Amino acid sequence: MPFALKFPVPRVDQVGAEERSVKFTKRSIKNDAKSEGLKMAVSMMDLTTLEGADSKGKVTHLCRKARQPMQAKYHCPPCAAVCVYPSQVPHAVKELEGSGIPVASVATGFPSGQYPLKLRLADVKDAVNSGASEIDMVISRGTFLEGGLAEVFDEIAGVKEACGKAHLKVIFETGELQTYDNVRLVSQLSIEAGADFIKTSTGKVSPAATLPVTLVMVETVRDHYLATGRKIGVKPAGGIRTAKQALQYLVMVKETVGNDWLTPDLFRFGASSLLADVELQLAKFVDGNYQSADYFSKG
Amino acid sequence: MSQAKPKLKFEGGWDYAPAPESTRVPLKSKYELFINGRFVAPKNGRYFRSVNPATGKQLARIAKAETVDVNAAVRSARRAYEKIWGPMPGSERGKYLFRIARIIQEKARELAILESMDGGKPIKESRDVDLPLVAAHFFYYAGWADKLGYAFPGKSPDSVGVAGQVIPWNFPLLMAAWKIAPALACGNTVVLKPAETTSVTAMHLAEIFDEAGLPPGVVNIVTGAGEIGASVVGHPGVDKVAFTGSTEVGKRIAAAVAGSGKKLTLELGGKAANIVLEDAPMEQAVEGVINGIYFNQGHVCCAGSRLLLQESIHDEFVKRLERRIETLRVGDPLDKNTDIGAINSKQQLARITKLIGAGIDEGARFHTSSGDLPDEGFWCRPSFFTGVSASHRIAREEIFGPVLSVMTFRTPAEAVTRANDTCYGLSAGIWTDKGSRIFKIADQIKAGVIWGNTFNKFDPTSPFGGFKESGFGREGGVQGLLPYVRLG
Repeated sequence: MPFALKFPVPRVDQVGAEERSVKFTKRSIKNDAKSEGLKMAVSMMDLTTLEGADSKGKVTHLCRKARQPMQAKYHCPPCAAVCVYPSQVPHAVKELEGSGIPVASVATGFPSGQYPLKLRLADVKDAVNSGASEIDMVISRGTFLEGGLAEVFDEIAGVKEACGKAHLKVIFETGELQTYDNVRLVSQLSIEAGADFIKTSTGKVSPAATLPVTLVMVETVRDHYLATGRKIGVKPAGGIRTAKQALQYLVMVKETVGNDWLTPDLFRFGASSLLADVELQLAKFVDGNYQSADYFSKG
Repeated sequence: MSQAKPKLKFEGGWDYAPAPESTRVPLKSKYELFINGRFVAPKNGRYFRSVNPATGKQLARIAKAETVDVNAAVRSARRAYEKIWGPMPGSERGKYLFRIARIIQEKARELAILESMDGGKPIKESRDVDLPLVAAHFFYYAGWADKLGYAFPGKSPDSVGVAGQVIPWNFPLLMAAWKIAPALACGNTVVLKPAETTSVTAMHLAEIFDEAGLPPGVVNIVTGAGEIGASVVGHPGVDKVAFTGSTEVGKRIAAAVAGSGKKLTLELGGKAANIVLEDAPMEQAVEGVINGIYFNQGHVCCAGSRLLLQESIHDEFVKRLERRIETLRVGDPLDKNTDIGAINSKQQLARITKLIGAGIDEGARFHTSSGDLPDEGFWCRPSFFTGVSASHRIAREEIFGPVLSVMTFRTPAEAVTRANDTCYGLSAGIWTDKGSRIFKIADQIKAGVIWGNTFNKFDPTSPFGGFKESGFGREGGVQGLLPYVRLG
């Protein structure tokens, strides 16, 4: 028996979705709009390190960077969150104490999700108990591609329960799901299963976030809001490396779901190298010219 | 969860700063006629004003040709045809066309800006659509110049002679390219009459012909109002007439040309149906409908101006359209973020306004976007009508503005009947997730161009032209050569 969702899942035409995305990249964002947009982008950034080589020292660097990305004269806001592996959560929480910046932890056997459900749920509970206030889970893509929609729904609902008060971001790994129809379907499924945020990618698979994939997710969120009044967040992650790209995402959000979504509560960037390019651009507004990248601290 | 009905907010908040394109372009205060390779003043010494529709102010003065100037232009075209261009090998003609195409690419930016200043279309469109297509058209027909023998197997194509061409104001440079490129490729010479409100870029194109070293008289351009177009069309020295414009004028031209032995192609009005079936990819269909009607302020003969919605999706689709038109940015055509520019002329705005009035009077429901319009110039908000009946004027007459008429149908068969319920037949769109259905419906629709799950796609390799009162003859593709050759 097919799995029934509460709300319809319209079909997506690939050519049309990609054409629409290109139009967002044609907007010309200059002057005040650019500096305001870039500061907004920083405030929406989940500064991320997800490497096997992550150490306390690396996480400390990242947390300091998130508190104050740039020198005070540039008036750059702090980042939205710091995103790390579960074992680094306690250290990140300590480093961010008093800053109001939440710690996000990937969980559920990130990045593959190929672990028994009870281990994945334990992973979530552990991260929450260590102080993570946001959980970035991965879905079982294999199960989804097999057609196991009910299982994926239940696993998301289970993780949501395990999260308790922590916010749940559901990672699809859209690079593995491939079609926009799949993205639309899994977006609706995750929303109905209890996701607070839907997120494109782990950053470990290419392609990661793309503008058309994120557009399809934002459209799902918009339609769900209009049908129910419930606001779900969207987080593109991976592959967003330039300030220009970040602005294109903001344009897409603004013109698709409106200004209410231009807040870290409802839109986030998962990125590790994006900040450096944004800093370069923001500094230009204050200093009047582009600086060497050597003048900016590396996270 | 809030009690209020969920509503998207597009006003206020983070907004784009003005991003005006630089207007440092070689605009002249006065434009002459282009006859026999030289820029010459009209014999009577009279000029008319060309207005920037975004400001309502004069942009330049344009030479007002009279019959005596047309005579000189046709004489020069005849001489060039007999002495130079006609006898020239196709491979040589092709070189000139390639050179013209390359210069157009080099000057694309300034031409796009001039096009937007003179015609009111958003710079985004003149930059990304008009100019690339203009160059592509010259490149494409340049390639045919020495291969005409292969275009019509078993026949030997010969040139026709002097082509008299009259073009409209909605795509000034692009329509000039559609007309001139195939004519020259086939060995004909040209007398072109641009539209009265948009002559500026045609004269810059003349400068490019000059720069490319095109022999004198191969292309001649005379500017003026409708009567000068009639004089070109009616001139006994013209062998071939090509016209793009309104059906009303097209009928007069067909009558004038009848019995004269002149070859004739007409590309006239349209009232295209955009059919959206209930299984269509909704989001992309909305975008396609928006692009279909609001592209170039709706000044498009193949615009999807009748939206046919399956009854089961009507309400949802209309809500989406209402939301979408709120995010269209209307204003300064030279701002890179403008989606909808200025209406081309005061007269056209009056015509659109009158038809909107007729729609309201006949009982259709009017929906329009809420943003502010500039104080000066000619503007119309993106709008649409619901509750439109097939007999309403807004369902039958070409509005040629950013105004869409929404109607419903119950079955694919009814969609076909409604789509064909018009005196026009230029284009149509079909939106469905089922590929087989696209082909089945397309087969039954009487229109020259039918788009499946897309709209307003143009390519020089693809023929374009109408059924019924939308005209006859094809432009573009190998078919676009046919009007400019005699087959022996």
